[in-house]
Amino acid sequence: MPETVKLTIDGKAVEAEKGTLLIEAARAAGIEIPSFCYYEGLTLQAACRMCLVEVEKTPKLQVGCTLPVAEGMVVHTESAVVKQARKGMLEFLLTNHPLDCPVCDKGGECELQDMVFRYGAGESRFLERKVHVDEKQWSPVVFFDAPRCILCYRCVRICNEGMGVNALGVANRGVISEIVPNRHDHLECDECGACIDICPVGALTSGIYRYQTRPWEMRHVGTICTHCADGCRTTLGVRNGKIIRGNNRDRSGINGEFLCIKGRYAFDFVDHPERLQSPLMRCGEGFEPVSWSKAVETVAARFNEIKVRGGEFGVIGSNHTTNEENFFLAKMARQGLGTKNIDHHRTGDLAAFFDALAGRKDALASTQDLYLAKAVLIAGADLSQQHPLLAFQARANVRHHAAHIYTAAPGPVREDKYSFARAQNLEELRDKLAREENLVIVIGPLAEARRTIAFGDSLGVPVKYVCLVDYSNSRGAFDMGVVPRGGGKSLEQMLAAPDLGALWVVGANPLKNAELASRQAFVVVQDLFLTETARRADIVLPAASAYEKSGTVTNVCGEVQKLRPAVKVMGAKTDLEIFGLIAKEMGLHLGIPLPDKVFEEIRRTVRGYDVPLPVIETGGAAPTAPLNGRVEELPGAVRSAGDTLFTSGTLSRYSKILNSVMEAPGALYGGLAPGDGSR
Amino acid sequence: MTFSPALEERFAQMLRAYPEGRQRSAVVPMLIYAQDEVGSITPELIEEVARRCGVDPLQVDEVVGYYSMLHRRPMGKYHVQVCTNISCMLVGGEQLYEHARKTLGIGHKEVTPDGRFSLEEVECMGACSWAPAVQINYDFHHFVTPEKLDQLIDSLRKAQ
Repeated sequence: MPETVKLTIDGKAVEAEKGTLLIEAARAAGIEIPSFCYYEGLTLQAACRMCLVEVEKTPKLQVGCTLPVAEGMVVHTESAVVKQARKGMLEFLLTNHPLDCPVCDKGGECELQDMVFRYGAGESRFLERKVHVDEKQWSPVVFFDAPRCILCYRCVRICNEGMGVNALGVANRGVISEIVPNRHDHLECDECGACIDICPVGALTSGIYRYQTRPWEMRHVGTICTHCADGCRTTLGVRNGKIIRGNNRDRSGINGEFLCIKGRYAFDFVDHPERLQSPLMRCGEGFEPVSWSKAVETVAARFNEIKVRGGEFGVIGSNHTTNEENFFLAKMARQGLGTKNIDHHRTGDLAAFFDALAGRKDALASTQDLYLAKAVLIAGADLSQQHPLLAFQARANVRHHAAHIYTAAPGPVREDKYSFARAQNLEELRDKLAREENLVIVIGPLAEARRTIAFGDSLGVPVKYVCLVDYSNSRGAFDMGVVPRGGGKSLEQMLAAPDLGALWVVGANPLKNAELASRQAFVVVQDLFLTETARRADIVLPAASAYEKSGTVTNVCGEVQKLRPAVKVMGAKTDLEIFGLIAKEMGLHLGIPLPDKVFEEIRRTVRGYDVPLPVIETGGAAPTAPLNGRVEELPGAVRSAGDTLFTSGTLSRYSKILNSVMEAPGALYGGLAPGDGSR
Repeated sequence: MTFSPALEERFAQMLRAYPEGRQRSAVVPMLIYAQDEVGSITPELIEEVARRCGVDPLQVDEVVGYYSMLHRRPMGKYHVQVCTNISCMLVGGEQLYEHARKTLGIGHKEVTPDGRFSLEEVECMGACSWAPAVQINYDFHHFVTPEKLDQLIDSLRKAQ
């Protein structure tokens, strides 16, 4: 039990842990002390003076955000003198603040507006001309309007401490001080937009959202980002059927407020002009649009025909579709089409990973574990580039708990900057690691899963593991059996099979850098865009993206979370709907193709997925435990796509924002990952 | 970028003086001593100090913008700093500053065409007991009157 102190805040008896800051102790007791610069998780600034409170027996007002509670302290947070002080502070903050609230993006959700509404004066005593500075654009993402800035330093701290990028600073002093970017007149950074979201006023605005809408006109849909495997919750602001904003200000989800450029801004592929909105049928060299019924009839008829004559099927699933879709596709392939040839672009060696850990308890690390572990070893991965949330967690762990980060990578990575030790290979770190109390080992694309686990096990300390995979549901695709178990052909083998009868590709682009050997193969592709693979198809079916569907996805740490549809794109159907239509047309009975029904079956039949429904339904992340048994070795290659912060496989081609930032394709931090960059 | 052996030695000592991992503490002294040698805070110098102290150039730039005694342009050989803060103001600091402007023919943070003198109106330099005070480079001059200032400037003009 930690030592506590007793104090009185606004007449209320409060007990708080020794060392707690007054502002936090008050908040825990339901008393809000207003503040701009104080921000949970960041260093203290004490710049805004909004949290001034009266402490009895102390002559002057005290700053609540830096004052630790003390035994017997008597605090008044709403006394006349405190209110007067706040009013004064606001009058100062407003000296040069423009009154452009009616056109400001922040209007309606601005902390300065809220404070002035509560404590402010109706008029100002300042008669001087307001200092005006023109607005600046620092990058396609970040715009800065200096006069609106109240110099709370939140953006500087989130960038320096939270992101570890150090792209923002404060130049000059006094009335001319202002936030400046790291490259004189522009930013070279992660373009994550954390500075924009954390800004209490409208000083930092985003190129994507600015002047698009008033905040209260949007509907907010909390769903899971569809890019990398970290599974960040992004709250999409939707107006008139269009996604206008992505953020996670309500801190719901495993990521809290954290999002990278993909989660915040790269939803723009949804309404890319090249989005497919009608089924297409091959017509000579080109395609002609056909109705859904005609397309589905044709697919079903050809599939049945190939099945009857004993032709060979190949099914390639997706890294982005939901668990329900993956499960249904796997079921349809095995039971409906009678083939074991099912695979997806495998980006991490999960088969070896699960097999090596088979039968263990507490061997899988959660996202939270990266924040709580005493030490984290990042083996063979450029975590900041490929798994920004996991990197953020590790950084926060160093700041808040002085955790030790170890990196073992052939080249420089951002984690080196704050790592306790780094090495080219694991053995060099053995002695130090063996002295840690507990450890999380992150197995990246350049580390071999079995060897790394053997190394971790030999240290003699409790170790939890994460096996990195690339995309939003890479883990789910594996777990749901979109893999060539029991002697099926791998993705490469399918493409190379000279007499393949049919190839069914769902949300994947395997023909981007490969040829399909079978000339007679009937190719069906479900996708958002006319990719290289879709161009080879006989039938292309326009699919809905993750932001247009319900269902669940499993992140890199095996946490299951629920998607919620934000928008609908005319003409497109979810992959599950499409599977259902084809199954029905083929006369297959595979169960009801509705996400909830399929998920029920997943919970009953997929190992480790017997997760508590209330957790998922209420927007939580439920850990899976797929370690009860050996996992067979799979044929075919495992290769990471080598995406960076600014690429996201084929999807990134269709995101304007990912293509417009100068950092793309993300070579800033020394390209470590192998692969083709995926563009 | 390298400095004179004496300054290099001083920097090495400075970096050793701070506990391991706190080398950023050397940013301010390093800047001020380097400025004396280089003449002003150049972008190149900012990069160099950042590198030596293990911080980002932007963080050094923040410091340069904050402290008025760090100059991005070279000041004169004799940098005349006149205090007009309260104690000095009460006993004629502002008149002294006006006099200096007329005598030197330059304004705040400006340099004479021959590069010998520059002028700066400064805030309190801790010489209130001997106000009004003037600082020329690192030397303090107490109880300064316009006549005394003229003599000072004259002697410096002759000093070569």
